[in-house]
Amino acid sequence: MKGMSAIVKSITNITIGFIFLYGVYIILHGHLTPGGGFAGGVIIAGVFVLKVLAFGVDKSAEKKSSTIASIFESIGGLLFVGVALLGLIVMGTFFLNFLPKGEPFRLLSAGIIPLCNIAIGIKVGAGLFSIFLALAAVKYIMED
Amino acid sequence: MIELYLFLGFMLVAAIIATEIKDLLAAVISLGAVGFSIAIIFIFVQAPDLAIVQIVVEILTVVVFVAVILRTTHLDETIGKKLAGSQILAAVLFAGFAVLFLIVSIRALQQIPAFGHATMKVASEYIRIGLSQTGGANLVADVILDFRALDTLGEATVLFTSVIGVVALMRKTGRKK
Repeated sequence: MKGMSAIVKSITNITIGFIFLYGVYIILHGHLTPGGGFAGGVIIAGVFVLKVLAFGVDKSAEKKSSTIASIFESIGGLLFVGVALLGLIVMGTFFLNFLPKGEPFRLLSAGIIPLCNIAIGIKVGAGLFSIFLALAAVKYIMED
Repeated sequence: MIELYLFLGFMLVAAIIATEIKDLLAAVISLGAVGFSIAIIFIFVQAPDLAIVQIVVEILTVVVFVAVILRTTHLDETIGKKLAGSQILAAVLFAGFAVLFLIVSIRALQQIPAFGHATMKVASEYIRIGLSQTGGANLVADVILDFRALDTLGEATVLFTSVIGVVALMRKTGRKK
């Protein structure tokens, strides 16, 4: 896939870090403010989609990034199930909120909810980015 | 309330345009208009969690659709062609079932509580004990990741399966010419 013009590339370079930071903020504050793992994960996937659209990828880079994306998606899914299983191991109930609840409205509060948000964020971000890569590589399939 | 009906009418028009227009790029943009109207409606009915998710998902889907359409084809050749006999029969059958479904659904919809007046049997309990039981200030996160975490696990599994499906359909290895 070819990249876009120099204007698009420089604007992307400026904004991409802020968008990523906003996605991380939405994920980490999911238990305090509107948002959460899913919305933040989609924003993070959008960062990588923007990068690919602006700068383009060649065949080898596309293959490499789809491998990394599927690894991250599996890590996210395993983390989510792992948090659930920890509740089963520690207290004997699947998805038990076994961590201390903490003080409401603090960043470190609400037990396992922030951990679940992080896991879902990684999973959704990597998953949607790999869907995008698979669909955007349709040209390679049609060419061969 | 009137703004909800305005946006619903706008969504209906945009959805009909999306199915009937010949240029696929215009169809995708009409679909994006439908999605953003849903996001605005979510803001009107005070559901910011859903509005954020709807906006970002809609942006991503429109971008992906446009990226794919620009690489493949622009025109939908099936629109505007004359219908074959079997297609007319299928359309008539569908219209009959649609009328039947509407009649049944009107009777069913009369039974449910009015818009904005939910019964809230389970939800009122979640609202009452949510903050003290989970410690999370965002009640939506409390419900989806604590009280109903198993549902969220199922949802994550659905997303995982759909990603596997897309990647398996679009892969190149093992594809015969």
